[in-house]
Amino acid sequence: MTLVLFFYFACVIVATAVLVIASRKPVNSALALLVMFFHVAGLFILLGAEFIAAVQIIVYAGAILVLYLFVVMLLNVRADEGYHRQIRVALIAGLAILIEAVVLLSRSRFANGLSDSASPAPVATPGNTEGIGRVLYTTYLFPFEVASLILLVAMIGAILLAKKGIFDRPTVGAGFKPAPTERKTD
Amino acid sequence: MVPLSYYVILSLVVFLIGVVGVLIRRNIIVILLSIELMLNAANINFVAFSHYLQDVGGQVFVFFVLTVAAAEVVVGLAIIIALYRGKGSIDVEVLNRMRW
Repeated sequence: MTLVLFFYFACVIVATAVLVIASRKPVNSALALLVMFFHVAGLFILLGAEFIAAVQIIVYAGAILVLYLFVVMLLNVRADEGYHRQIRVALIAGLAILIEAVVLLSRSRFANGLSDSASPAPVATPGNTEGIGRVLYTTYLFPFEVASLILLVAMIGAILLAKKGIFDRPTVGAGFKPAPTERKTD
Repeated sequence: MVPLSYYVILSLVVFLIGVVGVLIRRNIIVILLSIELMLNAANINFVAFSHYLQDVGGQVFVFFVLTVAAAEVVVGLAIIIALYRGKGSIDVEVLNRMRW
């Protein structure tokens, strides 16, 4: 049963991942990525990580992807853009890396050793969420604070970058022309 | 019971699809989506190893990956909007001023 579910999730994940990079319209790419996020969350539940699965759906599918869709619909780019010129080289390189890595993985011993010894014991006996919280606020307290700092810096950077008139200032580069947009100096 | 190597191979395939997507697409937004694919492949690996090693630390690291992904998306999309205002295009073959 677990194996069947795993193969279902894996097939959908790979298929939607291919759709993300292959479809012509960016909106279709974003929606395929949405389906992929849900199936990755299902895979997490299969692995006994319910809290991470919920966070995956809330943060990735709920916040990040909505942001992508906003920008895709805001910019309104034309749909008929082709692929990059280097598509042939990229596909050959990707195929070569794939074959090489699969050969390497099938010959390595860590996978066999772990899959033989791993017992299907339940993870995190006092409950998944409680276990994560306990580890997150004790062992990983400092990285947790650093993560909050990263979010703060990203927020300030995004506000500065998306502000109107950031490219209207006379910079060192050529091609400066005064734009008719009003400058907010506050 | 699903062997661990299946998860590793799945995440490898998803990661490679992301790499190929970064290489072959011309739309910067789709390139950012491919980066999300690669981050998700790393997340699958983290959670799978956390399950098989009976250690919650791997799931904690998924949080940090999520933080980095959120920051990357926000800054990247802001850069894309600024580029679109300045250049009128988000095609990487047009935005080649920094090319060698």
